[in-house]
Amino acid sequence: MSALKIKKGSSSHSAYELRDPNADIVEKHTLAVIVDNEAGVLARVIGLFSGRGYNIESLTVAEIDHTGHRSRITVVTTGTPAVIEQIKAQLGRIVPVHEVHDLTVEGPSVERELALFKVAGKGDQRVEALRLADIFRANVVDSTLKSFVFEITGTPEKIDAFADLMRPLGLEEVARTGVAALARGKK
Amino acid sequence: MARQMTGAKMVVQALKDQGVDTVFGYPGGAVLPIYDEIFQQNDIRHILVRHEQGAVHAAEGYARSTGKPGVVLVTSGPGATNAVTGLTDALMDSIPIIVLTGQVPTFMIGTDGFQEADTIGITRPCTKHNWLVKETDKLADTIHQAFHVAKSGRPGPVLVDIPKDVQFATGRYVEPKAARVSHYQPQVKGTIEAITDLVAAIEKAERPVFYTGGGVINSGPEASRLLRELVDSTGFPITSTLMGLGAYPASGKGWIGMLGMHGLYEANMAMHDCDLMINIGARFDDRITGRLDAFSPGSKKAHVDIDPSSINKVIHVDIPIIGDVGNVLGDLVNVWKSRGRKTNAEAVAKWWKQIEEWKTIDCLSFTNSEKLIKPQFALQRLEALTKKYDRYICTEVGQHQMWAAQYLTFEDPNRWMTSGGLGTMGYGFPASIGVQMAHPDALVINVAGEASWLMNMQEMGTAMQYRLPVKQFILNNERLGMVRQWQELLHGERYSQSWSESLPDFVKLAEAFGAKGIICKDPADLDDAIMEMLNYDGPVIFDCLVEKHENCFPMIPSGKPHNEMLLGNASTKGAIQAGGAVLV
Ligand SMILES: Cc1ncc(C[n+]2csc(CCOP(=O)(O)OP(=O)(O)O)c2C)c(N)n1
Ligand SMILES: [Mg+2]
Repeated sequence: MSALKIKKGSSSHSAYELRDPNADIVEKHTLAVIVDNEAGVLARVIGLFSGRGYNIESLTVAEIDHTGHRSRITVVTTGTPAVIEQIKAQLGRIVPVHEVHDLTVEGPSVERELALFKVAGKGDQRVEALRLADIFRANVVDSTLKSFVFEITGTPEKIDAFADLMRPLGLEEVARTGVAALARGKK
Repeated sequence: MARQMTGAKMVVQALKDQGVDTVFGYPGGAVLPIYDEIFQQNDIRHILVRHEQGAVHAAEGYARSTGKPGVVLVTSGPGATNAVTGLTDALMDSIPIIVLTGQVPTFMIGTDGFQEADTIGITRPCTKHNWLVKETDKLADTIHQAFHVAKSGRPGPVLVDIPKDVQFATGRYVEPKAARVSHYQPQVKGTIEAITDLVAAIEKAERPVFYTGGGVINSGPEASRLLRELVDSTGFPITSTLMGLGAYPASGKGWIGMLGMHGLYEANMAMHDCDLMINIGARFDDRITGRLDAFSPGSKKAHVDIDPSSINKVIHVDIPIIGDVGNVLGDLVNVWKSRGRKTNAEAVAKWWKQIEEWKTIDCLSFTNSEKLIKPQFALQRLEALTKKYDRYICTEVGQHQMWAAQYLTFEDPNRWMTSGGLGTMGYGFPASIGVQMAHPDALVINVAGEASWLMNMQEMGTAMQYRLPVKQFILNNERLGMVRQWQELLHGERYSQSWSESLPDFVKLAEAFGAKGIICKDPADLDDAIMEMLNYDGPVIFDCLVEKHENCFPMIPSGKPHNEMLLGNASTKGAIQAGGAVLV
């Protein structure tokens, strides 16, 4: 008997329906997660993202309150509105997590990232690199006869733009910190 | 207050102070100091299982049947890794258990020491939380925190990893009331605005249905009592998930049976056609919803859950209420009463007429046989002959599990122990041991499939050692029946690896352990054989040879909506009205 009217020998049906019917608009959100600074807490957060298939675009973490042993994790993620809500609820469920803030929806916020660029151009390229660095308010933190290291802070977009300009001028290496973000205003 | 003692002593003291009477475990090098302390006291009973997976499932059975957390003690390395399946099972089904693992000494961690495993890393995704304790001074506090986390909010498994040097060293013991107050305090009270919205919806609803789950049972007996009061006084129909059976009595007037993939026709049709769905402590699992975009298309949905991440996870709801089921139900009943106990009685009566019509399909009917024992018939007889007992039912995973859910009835919560979320073959037998430990005088039956049962059959030794008269009722179809059914229905009848070959002689197996074995293959002998099982004072393996190719119906095939249920042998009697219903 074949109750589904599938012919004997057929392979037209698989067992599970796995497509996501809600895969529509994808948004980018910056989340600030305040956690106990205890062993393994970052692994819990990262494990949540990898285990449930969420995206991480950027992630930074450092202790922000040495007496209270609190760390702030700033994570930039993308997903549909429903997935973003799930991510926040899932983060809130982790035992050492105290607060979860969605800076993208909780009013205006500022985002900054710091990056170091090693540029090793020749002749005019060196002059041009210095000129552009000045426009971007990047500082020279190391220089040799053959190279510069620039330090730049700004939004991730500004750093991307700087990288695009440095590439033809002998860009050798980049180190970026990832995003740190705070809500604007008093509280 | 503060007393000095060794870490090993602290473990036992903390368990005592937490009210623990039973620990399921298995010793090894990294927990020897704790076993030494267990040897020197009589307040806590230690049950020596035969495999650490068995210890965790036994603790789950203990927890589900009592409402108290279950406790497990195992060694490092293989002891801990053997516990992983049980931890995952408890996480999926929200069962509070505390697993204590030994670990290599702190100074050896990271050196690939003998029986070292990264227990914290391995169990991080399968526990609600876990801790590695590196100082004896912190050990007692951590164990108290572990109990708090396991029991609070949505319950779940936790693990405390204790290196051997921490067990030997001396430190300061703190009592539970002196322990740190955890910031982990999930919200238990629902917002009154949302509860009032739900009451307004209840007053107007024409086709309401309560859809309840394991959360009602986890919330405790008061939640079940309030649920009964609300259902009976509104006169609304109620269905439940596999996990929630018993929260509302099967004999209650609102009961329309279990829903879901193998749920009753009337329950699934009511879910599909309702205009108000009141989800209390269930989580819109995929075995319940079927195809998401066709799930109960015309209904307003309310959802009461203590876990905010359960809300809007897969199904968007109109009235979310975050809180403990018992707490929210208390407020809900009060608000509904204070507004005059209103319902749209006329419309609800019409709705019931529709439901009664669906019931006439008699979706659990099957063609019985005089030659062979049909599994459904075996369970009907088991039900009839054991109903009057103080009865607890466990199951393994497969067709027999679904048939048990369909043909056995539950009048009270905490009487039904089954692996729902993870679907762990091998769960039922050790779980029945945990249940029997907690309820020594009760009748504890594990409805099993022969394949599942073999997965943890070593626990026969445990049952014998502690004289636990657990009844292993094996519906032996010599098949991995549920796999075979899917292969028949979905994979072109290619029966790949779904036979149970080389099965043991279960009667001899029972006898080899010193237990009683019963075999039954003739329907005419079944009642006498079941009575023989019930009358025997000790563990019994009942080998019930059943029809090998029976399929479990009703069935909503994966990816299908509720109103496209396969009904198997049930008569159709022309009562199906929903457009698009495919009845085969
Ligand atoms: C540990 C584990 N492995 C595999 C499966 C997949 N599985 C689900 S049901 C089933 C067959 C169970 O056979 P049996 O215990 O005899 O029960 P029946 O379906 O025949 O009643 C299998 C292999 C599972 N659920 N758990
Ligand atoms: Mg079988």
